[in-house]
Amino acid sequence: MADRFTKGMARNVYYGGGVFVFLLLVGLTFDTMLELPKRDHRENITQSVANGKHLWEKNNCVGCHSLMGEGAYFAPELANVFDRRGGGDEQVFKGFLGAWMAMQPMSVPDRRKMPQFNLTDKEVEELADFLIWTSRINDNDWPPNIEG
Amino acid sequence: MKFESQKVAKPYFIFALVLFVGQILFGLIMGLQYVSGDFLTTYIPFNVARMVHTNLLIVWLLFGFMGASYYLVPEESDTELHSPWLAKLSFWVFAAAGVATILGYLLVPYARLAEITYNDLLPTMGREFLEQPTITKIGIVVVCLAFVYNIGMTVLKGRKTVINMVLITGLIGLSVFFLFSFYNPINLVLDKYFWWWVVHLWVEGVWELILGAVLAFVLIKVTGVDREIIEKWLYVIVALALISGLVGMGHHYFWIGPGEYWLWLGSIFSALEPVPFFMMVVFAFKVVKERRHEHGNAIATTWALGTAVMAFLGAGVWGFLHTLAPVNYYTHGSQLTAAHGHLAFFGAYAMIVMTIISYAMPIMRGRPQGNPIAAQRLERFAFWAMCLSMLGVTLALTVAGAWQIALQRLPESGEALGFMATQDKLAPVFWVREILGVVFLLGLVAYLSSFFVGATESEVDSLEAAAV
Ligand code: HEC
Ligand code: HEM
Ligand code: HEM
Repeated sequence: MADRFTKGMARNVYYGGGVFVFLLLVGLTFDTMLELPKRDHRENITQSVANGKHLWEKNNCVGCHSLMGEGAYFAPELANVFDRRGGGDEQVFKGFLGAWMAMQPMSVPDRRKMPQFNLTDKEVEELADFLIWTSRINDNDWPPNIEG
Repeated sequence: MKFESQKVAKPYFIFALVLFVGQILFGLIMGLQYVSGDFLTTYIPFNVARMVHTNLLIVWLLFGFMGASYYLVPEESDTELHSPWLAKLSFWVFAAAGVATILGYLLVPYARLAEITYNDLLPTMGREFLEQPTITKIGIVVVCLAFVYNIGMTVLKGRKTVINMVLITGLIGLSVFFLFSFYNPINLVLDKYFWWWVVHLWVEGVWELILGAVLAFVLIKVTGVDREIIEKWLYVIVALALISGLVGMGHHYFWIGPGEYWLWLGSIFSALEPVPFFMMVVFAFKVVKERRHEHGNAIATTWALGTAVMAFLGAGVWGFLHTLAPVNYYTHGSQLTAAHGHLAFFGAYAMIVMTIISYAMPIMRGRPQGNPIAAQRLERFAFWAMCLSMLGVTLALTVAGAWQIALQRLPESGEALGFMATQDKLAPVFWVREILGVVFLLGLVAYLSSFFVGATESEVDSLEAAAV
């Protein structure tokens, strides 16, 4: 590297640049926090949605599925399963999810398996509410189509 | 080895490699479950295998980073480690907590584990990579505190070289950003937003400082090139890593709720992230070319060069491949993500840990000029077997990802194939991945065996002669 660019200058770029860009990130984060209420429709987080999120975590659904494209790639995307399997109708989706959870694991040889979680009807309802709420987050129109 | 206390690194390195073997075994189990859905599922469901695979990865890398720091900081600081006793104690605490957590994953259903560990008091479980029970997370914080304190005190009382300063900022950052794992709001968007403050700010932020510092240390040792030159490069590389990588986090904010300006910020800043990785390649080859002496441990030099190249391929090239928002719209959460995740983690972090092990272990075992020729030959074979098979795994997953996108994502709704139907079509590629994964395991076995290859008689003689 050119001799005019000294080690001292390099050090200043490291500390100065690092701190500057970190502050920029913090600033952008504040701005995002102000904008998010308009995009995440948090006013619709009911107790049931909150319980649903805990069930989602306690059963580690994200260890096989992705949710908004993050998680595992072994089983279908679930942020839009409300649209895919419920056609956008809450009652239809709840009916589907109840039946789906009850029939796992399916006995199709060699097909990937989803375990039986032994959830109560109320718990399945809460999971459904969580997935419905999630499907309505403004996520810049991802995924490209209904298959996720 | 200049100081007796550097030896505390040894158990850290050995245990890291043991966990590495476990990680790969569970990877292979998952690889089979991908194509043969009934394999072991009643005992080890896919999600459990995945937690074990990724958590073992993270924990063995942390053991590796700790071992690396305990080895190199006393030497750089030119003083004994502040407290070898504390380092030994935290080794056992960390090892016990790690083993208990993995056994917890394997022996009880995850929901039950959450209950036993009182997850409801402070729910942090059930998020990707952060699946550990809250009590384990607290344990990790305690171990990190003891570790950073020990390293920090050593640096304070000794020489504050550039390598030391970059390393310690990386280690402090690692500990501080982990604290975000305790923040798990009920609002999924906020949860995801700050989840990345652990995951992204680790692998594309502060871990790069650790990577750069360890690489620079090994390069000084094996090449004898002037410290001034190496330190200037190190500063520039880590500076660019932070400048591009911090706001580069935006490439994870495209489709999880945050506003539209992140599409621009994330794309532009993260497009620059390959630059420091590229500079690492130039830097490593330049100093090896200008080396002042031929170090007897030739294979350690190979590891150092290999780390720079493979990190550039995995993080730089495969990262850039899907980092621009219009591309990521189609690739997000596909097999392409897994392709990149594998090559990046292996090339950057698994390989830097093997680099320092390759350099430091022989010294700690009384072989200052490296292992015997036969051992190095075997290690070189293992190096190529692992690197090439991991490249193969990555290429297979890249084909799978591109094919998945073509079938499932590019067509309009109604014409696109469903997720499960698409996965069925990809099965042949997943078989290729699995076979290459077995080759990787063989490479790893060869690597471990190389530790047990002894010296020939003439080598023993010359070693003894040198010692007198
Ligand atoms: C061990 C892996 C695994 C875990 C854990 C898991 N699933 Fe699944 N899930 C699957 C697989 C595999 C499929 C696809 C099954 C099929 O099509 O035959 C699936 C399908 C589904 C579907 C239907 C998606 C569609 O579009 O057809 C829903 C809904 C679902 N899972 C919900 C859940 C919920 C909720 C949880 C957590 C309580 C969960 N899953 C945990 C593996 C898993
Ligand atoms: C060699 C044999 C290996 C096999 C067969 C294997 C297989 C797998 C599988 C099936 C997954 C889950 C993908 C999914 O969610 O659907 C996974 C995830 C992962 N593996 Fe491996 N793996 C192997 C080696 C490695 C190595 C050597 C590393 C790194 C050093 C690694 C790092 C990871 C990471 C980081 C993830 C999470 C990826 C993500 O979330 O995108 N694996 N692996
Ligand atoms: C050594 C450094 C790196 C490591 C270890 C790494 C690892 C990973 C892993 C494991 C994931 C998957 C996360 C998940 O499960 O959701 C990921 C995602 C991603 N990485 Fe990296 N990465 C590195 C560097 C980079 C760089 C330099 C770039 C850009 C140039 C990049 C771009 C991306 C993108 C765009 C995603 C999101 C993929 C998606 O949308 O699904 N990464 N990375």
